[in-house]
Parts: sequence; structure tokens; C-alpha cells
Amino acid sequence: MNRRSRYSAFPYLLWMSVFIIVPLILILVFAFTTTVKFDNTGNRLTNDQAAELIADWEASGKAGDFPVKEKFYFTFDNIIQVGNYSSTLINSVILASIATVICLFLGYPFAYMVSRMRVSRQKIMIMFIMLPMWMNFLLRTYAWMTLLEKNGWINRFLELFGIGPFEMINTQGAVVLGMIYNFLPYMILPLYSVMTKIDDHTIEAAYDLGANRVKALTKVILPLSMPGIASGITMVFVPAVSTFIISKLLGGGTNMLIGDLIELQFLGNTYNPHLGSAISLVLLVFVLLCISVTNQLDSDKTEGVLL
Amino acid sequence: MKKNRIFALLSAVLFVLLSFTGCGQSYVPAEWEIPYSDSVDWKKFADAGITLNVYNWGEYIAIADGEEESFDTIAEFEALTGISVNYTNFSSNEEMYAKLKSGGTSYDIIIPSDYMISRMINEGMLQQLNFDNIPNFQNIQEDLKNPGYDSTGSYSVPYMWGTVGIIYNKTKVDEPAEKIASWDILWNEKYAGNILMFSNSRDAFAIALMKLGYSFNTTDEKEIREAFDALKEQKPLVQAYVMDEIYDKMGGGEAAVAPYYAGDAIVMMRDNPDLEFVVPKEGTNRFVDAMCIPVGAANKEAAELFINFMCEDLVGLKNCEYIGYATPNVNVMNLLDDEIKNNPIIYPDKEVLDNSDYFVALPAEITLLIDNLWTELMSSANGVDIWLLPILVGVAIVVSALLIFIRTKKKARNNY
Repeated sequence: MNRRSRYSAFPYLLWMSVFIIVPLILILVFAFTTTVKFDNTGNRLTNDQAAELIADWEASGKAGDFPVKEKFYFTFDNIIQVGNYSSTLINSVILASIATVICLFLGYPFAYMVSRMRVSRQKIMIMFIMLPMWMNFLLRTYAWMTLLEKNGWINRFLELFGIGPFEMINTQGAVVLGMIYNFLPYMILPLYSVMTKIDDHTIEAAYDLGANRVKALTKVILPLSMPGIASGITMVFVPAVSTFIISKLLGGGTNMLIGDLIELQFLGNTYNPHLGSAISLVLLVFVLLCISVTNQLDSDKTEGVLL
Repeated sequence: MKKNRIFALLSAVLFVLLSFTGCGQSYVPAEWEIPYSDSVDWKKFADAGITLNVYNWGEYIAIADGEEESFDTIAEFEALTGISVNYTNFSSNEEMYAKLKSGGTSYDIIIPSDYMISRMINEGMLQQLNFDNIPNFQNIQEDLKNPGYDSTGSYSVPYMWGTVGIIYNKTKVDEPAEKIASWDILWNEKYAGNILMFSNSRDAFAIALMKLGYSFNTTDEKEIREAFDALKEQKPLVQAYVMDEIYDKMGGGEAAVAPYYAGDAIVMMRDNPDLEFVVPKEGTNRFVDAMCIPVGAANKEAAELFINFMCEDLVGLKNCEYIGYATPNVNVMNLLDDEIKNNPIIYPDKEVLDNSDYFVALPAEITLLIDNLWTELMSSANGVDIWLLPILVGVAIVVSALLIFIRTKKKARNNY
């Protein structure tokens, strides 16, 4: 790396430190602390006592300094408390895993097919994959709501043939569907970009050497596309496990995911950024695990690609 | 208060598009039928170059909708006073609270609801108002001048109010009237799968507590646990836990019965004539959204000028007509069409109001209890050991470390 290229990386390094490193440190700080209230002489206060002091201070016409001070105290309580939400976390991991596997099975053959097309066709197909991404994520999910509802378009269509109505919305299946629909492009694109690099001659060589279709797939195409599979899994699983609006709109609110739980800590009745950060931190561990496992998939081939 | 979110989204998109296409054309105030009062000097800050930061609910102020003669509150205020306004939206009290609490932003005017106001007063987040600068406060109806959430009446000026009731579909609910007018209808097994419920812990617990005959401001843990049991019992009957989506779901005939806000119910009934609204006999929650000035506001006096402006007869009338909620302003009330004024859904009679109550801020441990119970209710799988998670996290870390170790080993070997 020469000196000049180092300078040109500086804007992003600055961006990264301000918007990624600093917030991560803040999450760490919040996760391992709790807010404790003190009065001006240094005595610890309960919430009610603090409210009382403020009321007195207001009544006295705001004489003197504001009577309550807040300090952060180190604690493991938040992390321990996260244990209470195990079922939610496990539920999110399971649903996200199902969505990821289905995305892989849907996306893999399609990406392979596209990568073997003429270049002009490939461009069109890729545009079709990208097309839904041009629309707002929330609107797309909202549209699924009107499709899946009891009086929705799908049930009304099935009614024409005397089938149904089916209970589709407000189920875990609907949540998984929402995840697949929204994150499928993130599976296809990295797969496609890796597969276009597989030379047709390599596959022909496999046939020449006596491999049948299955052998060619398992011995040539699959190993060569491993980096794409790895980054595809990461790029689907990570957003899927932390999503929150999909479960709210399609899951009817009863299929709470870990993302909803984190949202609740910040925007719920109990404003508790400490617990919210602790849950985020635990989620981060799972995401890191996912990344290190998928990295393992292509460890001795090419380095992983992210799109 | 909780207007349709998708609407807000679409109108935001439209607004952005319009503001691009409409470059150069500014809003021209029309001649309005009611003049502004001259009780205050509107031009006081005309040359001060002040910008006011106003933070309000989405879809909660009259804006120009492109038609002629449509009233744009913010543009009118800017034209009248020469103060510029930076207007932003929130979608829940808690969102607004979190934003103020986390700091870094400074707002001059916020419009939260009752319980949030009392919570913010308790935490010293609001400033006392100088009512000399808000002469229009005298137009506010008496019982809202010092309401329960702001008992001294010195922190807030009411903007809109309303009640929560039951909205139901006449074609799907077949019950005598007195049976519908009860929170029990939301527990009726006949409508299993056709019941919607609020997805906000405070509102949902309030309904359960009212059904059981308790106050929704209770701090008794036993009563709250009873309410939790009632909600648990209700869960299999509930189609979905939603907020704004009630608008679409009830309007489209997707569900039979749901709790909702009176002001929005009127709009829904206009769109779908099968819908009907009723206030339950056990009483209900009356909410007030009021204008406040948070601590740290940069221009308190200009903010008070804005509050006074919002209480002007003309402004109050236009906002009230636009939003559809009940106005606390006596003058505005007199100016309204008889049809609206006498609508018992928007302006329920005294009996209903006497039977209703405001939310007040609950102690921190009670809100925590409610939120924890709520999470338990909303998570589908139950009975998982709390030690499972720490073990899983431990395993996850060990596996990650192991993989990294194997990888570096392999790399080292390959380098030979």
C-alpha cells in the first residue's frame, strides 16, 4: 500500500470511527452500567425520592441547583437480565435460520442459471432482482399485509375456486415469508457475483473427465461458489435475526423477535437503554458466531467477498 | 394522536416531491373569515431571526393539501410573526421521550400526552409557562385548566383531547347494545380471531384493568398481575396486536371489534358505514395532548407566542376540523358546525366524561413490571430456562474462538 492510497482511505476511516467504533463503545458502556440518582450531598436516591426532591425544588421557585444528579454505575445486572428473554432470542435465531436456508435453496439455482446466461440477459435478470429494493422496505412489507389478510387478495383469489380461507397472516410462517421476500436479493447477488467468475471450461473439463451432473455440482461448482454462499448467508441471517418491523406487521405482534424487544427498551414505556444495549450486545455475539462459521466455509479457498 | 402511519409515510413522500416541484412558490395566506386577535404583539420577534423547533405527533396539525383555501398552520405562523419554524414529527410519546432524554437535540415546543407530561414534570424536564404571554389560555375550558396530569396547570396548554372506545363492525357483531358497550366484548369467544388489541403495554393493561373494574393508574402489583392473567386468557382470541393498523384492518373488514380513539373512529365510520363506535360502561381513558416547553428550549418567549397562536380561534378551528379530535378551546367549540359539536362520539356527554379518567405517570417499578409482563405475553415460546441463554452465549463465544484458532493454525501451516 503506498502512501497516497492510505490518505484516500482517510474519509472512510473517519466515518468508521465516528459512526461505528464510537457507537459500539457506547453500547458496551451502556450494557455494563446502570443509572443511579444522587442528591447534591451525594446520597443515593430511589426514583420516588428523586421525584419528590424535584417537586420540592419546583415549589421553592427553583432555588439553587437542580437537586438530582445522575451517575453511571458498573453492573452485570443488565447482562444477567437478558437471560429472561432467552425464548425470544432463540425464536429469532430459529426463524432467521429457516429464512436463510430457504433463501439459499431458492437463490442458489437461480444465481447459477443467471450466471450462465448471455451478458445482456444477465443484466436484465439482475435488474429484476434489484427492482423491489428500489421501493421502501416498509411499503413492501405493508403490501404483504394486504395480500395475506383474511380478506386479502390471496384468499379472495382462492375463494374463486372454493378453497380457503387460509389463516396466513399473524403466523410465524408469515414472518419467515417477510424475511425471505425482503432479504432474498442479498443472497442472490453475492452468489451471482461469485458464479460469474466460474469459467465454463472448468465445468466442461469436469464432464470430460467423466463427472456426471451431480459430481460436477458437488466437486466443482459448489466448492468454487463457497465464498458466495458464505457471504450470502451472512447477509441474510444478520439482518433477519435483528429485524423488528416484519414481525410487527406480519406476525400480528405476538411473535416478538429480539429486534422488537430491543425497540421496546428504547421506545417502550420503560425507557431502559442499559438493558437495550445489553440485549444488543448478546445479539452481537450470535452475529459474530454466524460470521465466523460462514468464514470457515471458504477459509482455504478464496477470501470471502461481500458483494 | 395515533394517525395512520402509512398515511404519514405517503404524505411525507408526497411532501418531499411537492417541495421539489413547488420550488419558488411560497404559501400565500388567504383572507380568513376570523381575524387574529391583537392581545399580543405578533411581530415582536419579526427581526430577531429566530427558528422555533416544534415536535408534534404525525398528521396532527392542519397543513395545506394543495386545494385552495386550505389552511397551513406553520406557514400562517411564519407569515404572521416572521419567526421560522422547524417542524418535526414523532409517532409515540415514548419515542419523543427517548429523543429528549438522550439529549443532543433542543426543542422549543413539544405536544405529548397527559401521562407523559406528568412523567416529564416529575423528572424536571419541562419549564413552567408564563401565562402573561399566552392570553388565549383563558379560552381553554375550565376542567382542563388544571387537569390531573398537571395539577398546578402551570406546565401545559391543552391542544386536543379524546376518548378511547370500542369500534365494531355491525355486520359481524351480533349482540345486544348493552353487551357491546363493555370491555368484555374484547374477551368474547364468539369473536375469536376477529378481535384486535392495542400493541402498547400501557394501553393494553389499561383495558384489562378497566374490564376487571380497577383503576388503570393502579400501583397495586396484585391488580396488575390479575390484568396480566386476563390478557393471557384473551391472547388466543386476539387476531393481532396493533396500533395504527387498526385503521386499515377495521376499515377493510378484516376484524370485527377493536379498541380505538374516538376522533379516528369518526373518519373510519365515514369510510366504512358498517362500523360503529361505543364507549364502554366500565368507563374509559380520556387523553389530552398538550403543548409544553421542555427544559433547554432556546426561545421560550417565542415558543409561548407559538402556543398562543395555536389557541387562536381561527387556528384552533382549522386544526380541529383537520384532525377531527375534540378541542379544549371554548371559542373554537362555539365556531364548529352543529353536526360536529353535537356528535356524542367526539364530545361525549358529562356522564361518560365523569366515568373516564386520565393516565398519570406510574412509578418506575410499576412501568417496569408492566413492560416485563408484556414481553412475557408477547413472546410465543415460554418456559425456557433463563440459564439456557448464558450457556448458549458461552458456547457461541467458544465456538467462534475455536474457529479463529483453527483458521490461524491452518494459515500458519500453509505459509510453510
